[in-house]
Amino acid sequence: MVAEIKGWNREQMAQKIAGDIPDGAYVNLGIGLPELVANYIPEGREVIFHTENGLLGVGPSPAKEDEDDELINAGKKPVTAIKGACFFHHADSFAMIRGGHIDICVLGAFQVSENGDLANWSTGEPGAIPAVGGAMDLVEGVKTIIIFTQHTTKNGEPKIVKECTYPLTGKGVVSHIYTDYAVIDVTDNGMFVREMAPGIDFEFLKSCTEAELKQY
Amino acid sequence: MINKVAKTAAEAVADIFDGATIMISGFGEAGSPIELIHALIDHGAKNLTVVSNNTGNGHIGLAALIENKQVKKMICSFPRTANSIVFPELYRQGEIELELVPQGTLAERIRAGGAGVPAFFTPTSVNTPLAEGKETRIFDGKPYVMEFGIKADFALVKCKTADRYGNLLFNKTARNFGPVMCMAAKSAIVQASEIVEIGSIDPEIVVTPGIFVKKVVEITNPVSENQLIRENRRYPW
Repeated sequence: MVAEIKGWNREQMAQKIAGDIPDGAYVNLGIGLPELVANYIPEGREVIFHTENGLLGVGPSPAKEDEDDELINAGKKPVTAIKGACFFHHADSFAMIRGGHIDICVLGAFQVSENGDLANWSTGEPGAIPAVGGAMDLVEGVKTIIIFTQHTTKNGEPKIVKECTYPLTGKGVVSHIYTDYAVIDVTDNGMFVREMAPGIDFEFLKSCTEAELKQY
Repeated sequence: MINKVAKTAAEAVADIFDGATIMISGFGEAGSPIELIHALIDHGAKNLTVVSNNTGNGHIGLAALIENKQVKKMICSFPRTANSIVFPELYRQGEIELELVPQGTLAERIRAGGAGVPAFFTPTSVNTPLAEGKETRIFDGKPYVMEFGIKADFALVKCKTADRYGNLLFNKTARNFGPVMCMAAKSAIVQASEIVEIGSIDPEIVVTPGIFVKKVVEITNPVSENQLIRENRRYPW
């Protein structure tokens, strides 16, 4: 019986990403798991969170009684605005994104390929209602794209693959991948493993990754 | 004298005609002009093309307009959300068309439509299925896809404060698509929580200049879409 592989939990993954976000960065967090990253920015660092529906300076979730239907994030969840925050319309918001003014974006993924292609908006299933939101704008416009994902699907299939089989969100756009098993840098020379979770070794990591992995 | 104030939502939407293209502000619940949409349901204009980020929630507002079979086509970025029931069903039955547009491209197409720019090139969607069949061009070694500006016959927009010239202030993230939609519509119809005297909005902080607005109507306490959904309400009531 092989011991159960645990890897990092979601909070630890979020903490790792947060630890790598520098002071002064403007950061957009995708819907869902990436939102956790905001909870772990190290003390003493000032990071401004952008949400594409028109707010720079997203603060923590409000208490239930302070929720405001007109103060929400891109996931349509209630948020607060920090001191020094500002509101703007959608075209300005995406000018910040497409114009290269946002430093880092953290997104989820269905698949990431060896050369940094990302598929995260559609599984291409017939009958599915296609919905894209701001993902394609973010991956083309934001300087550094970080992927926050489980290393494999629920069925244990690799999410880090040679070529994406799902429809692409963007080509060659991913810089770093943080999974429950490892931190991987996507470079012009391939995928390099920067760190592995306790109990994960390189051979195991390769066995659950379709893309070629290299060690620094 | 310039007076863009309409007395009721019904009066504000009275000129909307069958087959019109209508932009509807809002990002989910925030900024959705529910009272104006309900007035449009009462009015009954059909075969509408609606440009809006989402497709409405539950059975009220935009979802109710769609459910009432007044919309033939949606142009949007995210047609399904947790509470969108109506659109997915009609779409699967082939009863409503969908043009899916990345959110930033949607915002910029609307802005361009309002700014007299017929088309532009963007890196968004290059190498994806959403760029298929579109003209592409290389600038500085990087591929871009051509997208067209969108104009509308009408816009239905929600804001916080207006004056009779149509100058507007918005509320927090309910601003979203409102300002660009006012620019891109021949006739922007705006519901405001308050209409104030000329001169009481500081010119330095006007968000939408009145020139982009055709009509304003005061809806003092707009309904909360979330609350109506929690109460499982439907429109028509």
